Amino acid sequence: MAITAALTLDNISVTFASGSGHLSQANGYTAVKNTTLHIADGEFVSVVGPTGCGKSTLLNIAAGLLCQSLGEVKIFGEPLNGINTKAGYMFQAESLMPWRSALGNVIAGLEFRGVGKPDAIRQGEAWLERVGLAGFGARYPHQLSGGMRKRVALAQMLILNPKIMLMDEPFSALDIQTRQLMENELLQLWEADKKSVLFITHDLEEAISLSDRVIVLSAGPATHPIGEFVINLPRPRDVAEIRMTPRFLELHEQIWSAMKEEVRKGYQQTKNKLVG
Amino acid sequence: MKKTPLWFWQIALLITLFAFWHLLTAPGLLPTFYFENDDKAAFFFGEPLRIFKVIWIWFLEGEIYPHLWVTMTETVLAFGIGTLLGLAVGLWLGLSQFASQIADPYIKAANAMPRVILAPIFMVWFGLGIWSKVALGVTLVFFIVFFNVYQGVKEVSPVVLNNVRMLGASQSQLLRHVYLPSATSWVFSSLHTSVGMAFVGAVVGEYLGSAKGVGYLIHQAEGTFDINTVFAGILVLTVFALLLDYVVTFAENRLLKWRPGQSETI
Ligand SMILES: Nc1ncnc2c1ncn2[C@@H]1O[C@H](COP(=O)(O)OP(=O)(O)O)[C@@H](O)[C@H]1O
Ligand SMILES: [Mg+2]
Repeated sequence: MAITAALTLDNISVTFASGSGHLSQANGYTAVKNTTLHIADGEFVSVVGPTGCGKSTLLNIAAGLLCQSLGEVKIFGEPLNGINTKAGYMFQAESLMPWRSALGNVIAGLEFRGVGKPDAIRQGEAWLERVGLAGFGARYPHQLSGGMRKRVALAQMLILNPKIMLMDEPFSALDIQTRQLMENELLQLWEADKKSVLFITHDLEEAISLSDRVIVLSAGPATHPIGEFVINLPRPRDVAEIRMTPRFLELHEQIWSAMKEEVRKGYQQTKNKLVG
Repeated sequence: MKKTPLWFWQIALLITLFAFWHLLTAPGLLPTFYFENDDKAAFFFGEPLRIFKVIWIWFLEGEIYPHLWVTMTETVLAFGIGTLLGLAVGLWLGLSQFASQIADPYIKAANAMPRVILAPIFMVWFGLGIWSKVALGVTLVFFIVFFNVYQGVKEVSPVVLNNVRMLGASQSQLLRHVYLPSATSWVFSSLHTSVGMAFVGAVVGEYLGSAKGVGYLIHQAEGTFDINTVFAGILVLTVFALLLDYVVTFAENRLLKWRPGQSETI
């Protein structure tokens, strides 16, 4: 008997109603086509692909924020309807409520679930400490650095103890040092109680150093997976150190040669869009 | 060298202005150069010393207090009711595309209409008491707040909205924890204008017909060509408008401290 995957995207296609900007096909723009992927319980899977290929779109489908045109999404074997309540989502852009303090943001999900204020605050403080922000609870988002805001967003997601974590280029806006710090923190938190992670990135090195498996997407339109690579690097890992190992370089070489052509295509298309 | 504080220059300017005014209007101080008669300048422009005396007596003998109280009550009521209505309608139209599309031309028309002409109608409807003034103020405040709330709802970041939905917020929690705070920040950004408008509504209403209020005092004095009392009323109104503005700034700083402004350093 096959073990049910935590998250299954089964033959998903997404067609946006034709808007502006695209080489307007009369019947809309197909961002994603016939995409199937499974994430096992406790597995860390990264999806890489050229910019604009439909990575965020896929993640929004998995989150239930967007409805697929064709195919089915299953969460632990159950078809998904509406918001995916088993998943936490970390967004690419700023997603904190600017009118709430760091602590207020972290405990928002608990409040929505009706957890009592004292209990929520206690848990919130503990989580702030765990992401290295003890003592910053009273600050508002604009009083925090970009890296600190990402930590708040991480705590905000993890406090709800989601079974599945959906992460959309969460660290892409950070400088390289902060980023490696956050990546290591993420790995530690993940190893503590293994959740299923679907991690989106356009950075191949980040994908390899974090994941159990890397999935490569083709350039858009009609994006679909074109390769899947098992990353059998030992854990626990240090993302900075692991990049120096021969096995890492070997994997990087292998995946990059599969990606290269797609990145070039993606770049060409973006350029054409701008010119045409 | 220590810099002379700003308030020093501000007060110096005020005193200079009043001294200049006094010099030009007090009979017998300067040789007449425009009016043929020495008393005429004082008749048209008032005299600062007499104006201060009127104000002094008003406050000393307490004649002004009931009038000020009425004007302030009208202002606060107009502001409160106008803001609540603007908030409610703004949220409703901001969230319901259908309703906003239907209401759009009517809102534009109502806003384009010069609402001061409604004052006499409100007097017929609500009488000469405070409520006709409150109604006039409400029509002025409502649109300012409404447009800001409407804008605030439209400009809620879709990422924040999606994030809060992923955190498990229900529809009513979205309204309470996202739309309302976002809209409130826009209301606050227009607070100075709307408090000012509430004040205008009250005073203009009183001026056009009432038995109490600072606007009424001014109107009475104009009837007897008592220019000093008219100016005294204007000065008292100005000072109170300024005080009101300070209260607003204070509330703003307390309630909007989450907003990125000038970074404070020490
Ligand atoms: N709401 C939308 N309407 C129309 N087109 C969209 C919409 N969202 C995304 N797209 C298009 O779908 C493609 C994939 O977008 P996205 O998933 O954001 O890419 P990325 O891989 O960079 O995250 C892009 O070409 C984008 O322009
Ligand atoms: Mg994206």
